[in-house]
Amino acid sequence: MELLKVVEIEKYYGHRSSLTKAIDDISFKVDKGEFVAIMGASGSGKTTLLNCISTIDNVTAGHIYLEGEDVTSLKGKNLNRFRREKLGFIFQDFNLLDTLTAYENISLALSIQKQPANAIDAAVNKVAQQLGITDVLKKYPYQMSGGQKQRVASARAIVTNPSLILADEPTGALDSKSSKMLLERFEYLNKEYEATIMMVTHDSFSASYAGRVIFIKDGKIYHEISKGEDSRKEFFNKIIDVVTLLGGDLNDAI
Amino acid sequence: MTLSKLSFRNMQRSVKDYAIYFFTLVIGVAIFYVFNAIGGQAAMMQVSSSRNDIVELLNTTIFGVSILVAIILAFLIVYASRFLMKRRNKEFALYMLLGMGKGKISAMLITETVFIGIGSLLVGLAVGIGLSQLMSALVVNLFEADMSAYRLSISGKALLMTIIFFAVMYLIVMLFNSASVSKMKLIDLINSGKKSEKVRLKNPILCVLIFIASALCLGDVYYQVIWNYGQHSQMKIIFFIVLACLATFFVFWSVSGLLLRVVMSVKKSYFKGLNAFTFRQISSKVNTMVFAMTIICLLLFVTICSLTAAFSIRNSLNTNLKNLCPADAEVEMYEAADLEKIYADCGYDIKDGFKEYVNFNTYTDPSLTLEKPLGEHVYEIQSNFKFLDFGVKEEIIKLSDYNDLMSLYGKERQELSEDEYILICDYSFMKEIRDKAMAEGSEITVFGRELKSKYNECLDGFISIGAQHLNIGVYIVPDDVVSEDNINKNYFIGNYAGESRADIEKAEQIQRERKEAVYEYAVAANIFLTFNSKADIYEAATGLGAIVAFLGLYIGLVFLIACGAILALKELSESVDSKSRYEMLRKIGVEEREINRSLFRQTGIFFLIPLLLAIVHSAFGMKFTVQVMETLGTDGMWKSIIITAIIILLIYGGYFLITFFNSKRIIKG
Repeated sequence: MELLKVVEIEKYYGHRSSLTKAIDDISFKVDKGEFVAIMGASGSGKTTLLNCISTIDNVTAGHIYLEGEDVTSLKGKNLNRFRREKLGFIFQDFNLLDTLTAYENISLALSIQKQPANAIDAAVNKVAQQLGITDVLKKYPYQMSGGQKQRVASARAIVTNPSLILADEPTGALDSKSSKMLLERFEYLNKEYEATIMMVTHDSFSASYAGRVIFIKDGKIYHEISKGEDSRKEFFNKIIDVVTLLGGDLNDAI
Repeated sequence: MTLSKLSFRNMQRSVKDYAIYFFTLVIGVAIFYVFNAIGGQAAMMQVSSSRNDIVELLNTTIFGVSILVAIILAFLIVYASRFLMKRRNKEFALYMLLGMGKGKISAMLITETVFIGIGSLLVGLAVGIGLSQLMSALVVNLFEADMSAYRLSISGKALLMTIIFFAVMYLIVMLFNSASVSKMKLIDLINSGKKSEKVRLKNPILCVLIFIASALCLGDVYYQVIWNYGQHSQMKIIFFIVLACLATFFVFWSVSGLLLRVVMSVKKSYFKGLNAFTFRQISSKVNTMVFAMTIICLLLFVTICSLTAAFSIRNSLNTNLKNLCPADAEVEMYEAADLEKIYADCGYDIKDGFKEYVNFNTYTDPSLTLEKPLGEHVYEIQSNFKFLDFGVKEEIIKLSDYNDLMSLYGKERQELSEDEYILICDYSFMKEIRDKAMAEGSEITVFGRELKSKYNECLDGFISIGAQHLNIGVYIVPDDVVSEDNINKNYFIGNYAGESRADIEKAEQIQRERKEAVYEYAVAANIFLTFNSKADIYEAATGLGAIVAFLGLYIGLVFLIACGAILALKELSESVDSKSRYEMLRKIGVEEREINRSLFRQTGIFFLIPLLLAIVHSAFGMKFTVQVMETLGTDGMWKSIIITAIIILLIYGGYFLITFFNSKRIIKG
């Protein structure tokens, strides 16, 4: 089932004299329950793409449909509702509120939705179990490791059961062990709960956990590969091949 | 998690940021309360002891000053709250991403403002009540005035005013915050941390042009206000003030654009040590703060002028009193009647209780009015005294009476030949005009006799005892000139019998009792007479002078504190923002000593820039102040300037040191 449809979007920066095409005519679709990675070098436009889909930024032209709703035309209350109910965000730098405990950070997403307190408790505990952070729920961000913080942030993103989870370089600030742990959790959420995840990364290892990888270069889709029946290891090698094909552009990213 | 719980948690989190904000608010509340409590009561006290329209002037002044203080505090609070908002961009971005509406974010901010508002009001009022006791003790000490009336009292009116003002203030802050929330853009909020600062270099030619233009403009304002003072209407003076403010703004605007370029052009020193870094930092600070710098500069200017004025008023009060009040008591009657007889009618002997006295008349010639000797110059008076009647008759005294009086006062006697007169006058504005007129011709006709002035200017002097230089002119003429039919006033001036303080106080007491009876008689008989004693004058004068000096002191201190607070807030927040830069410097091996030196220079120059222009302003503004303060006394100007400099050094310098050491702590990590 088609969840996300991106249709001929463009994003320009700057003035007429110095125009930057961050996104230059990109179209693709994401089905429900897919785990998609978007890869590209710095400046390829991958974060801009994610920002446009997540309504953080506006497109210059084109349309983005999520569950048939055109997100580029959302405003005010509808936009807030959309963000609240349909999207979950995970950032490279976690974005946790350091006054709140892990539990409170996660519950914040629900209390903004005005969920009843008992429902919040059940939901937080469940998501904590899924992400393996039950022991740190009472801790404050400064008492946690980077990996734990990112899993708390992820818990906050998925606790509302959003239609689409967007992650911008979620492993960017993590060591390899924590990265692996987080990505395995993403894989688990994707397989067991059919969560739809879209992740921006420049790391081939991270991308190999996804079911499909879209490569972006100079604001355009360069290539796309699917995992299919491959093992993660095989898929990783395929990704490396594409990255090599991309040449020097992605070298800095490996 | 309710909204209020979330906002409470937020405040706990950013306790350091909020501490600065909260501290600013508490200072604001306390200062506002102290002013209204002490200022208001001081004015009330003045009402009971003074009989002239100065009271009204004073009330207007106090009201005006409290509005001015309110505006300054308003600026300070809005500034501090905006600073706080900026620091929370990331947090707001997160709320919006989680789907919180802007309305809810505003609501949360309002809850926070209410929390902080109530808290700061309570703490501020407590501090203010304590401070007002301290302040009144200080005032008592400074002016030796009887100000015990305000000790241990809480002014309900001031309390109410403070609460109302700050409630309005917090409403404004809420509106400002809500407005800025509604203008927020998610993409900007998200990127706010990552965005490297834009370096906007202004067009250097435009900067130079604007700098020259504003410097010229300032020069013209200085010239107009100082050398042509007295020729401008009030509207025009206000226009000049606005012009000076604008010019100040543009000076900072252009200097901020030029500073970096000038330093950069000196390659040798620009690339020495951390200089490049230091000046980039300063330039970006000044660039983003042109408006605040202007306000700070103007506040410092007002501070310098009002502190200096306050101290010189205080100094001259004491010297003036000694010089201008050389006798114990004076009875003055505005009728051609005999004071001795009036006292006798009341059953007293006027001479009773006096060791020595003079009893004399002054005269007026119907043909000698104020405009006669002044000629054309009379219109110059109009600018200062709009309602003065030019037809008022000049007061004339016989030489022998004058000399008797001077013997009593212990001052120099005068001599005159047949066709001479002497004009005495000590109100300097009047003296200036009279001197000008006299230079063109001093001949006058008094009771049909042609007289000319013995000197080619007025002499400094007076006949009536007082506390200020208020004699606008008395003619001393040979005895045989006056006609006894034209008596103007009857004076009785003398010293009490008795040497010890107690004796004199007793005599004073007796005279005051008599005064009551005599006043009653005079009112019934429709005679206008006044009794003035040295004790009365001292009381009134210290009261009036003390209040004006207090106002000056108060305004000066408030503004100084406001300046320090704004600069400290900005500098500390900058330090937090540039923490990573200093870490980078350390990583590339810059020594701690070098970093501290750079920080010291940044903070120092940052504090010095507005002070420098303020000093230039003050050098000229002081001259203007001297003219305005004429009647209250401007003696010992240099001494006052030195005291002012010391106070500014202490408070402003103190803020500088606190800021520097705190910044140092912040960038250490």
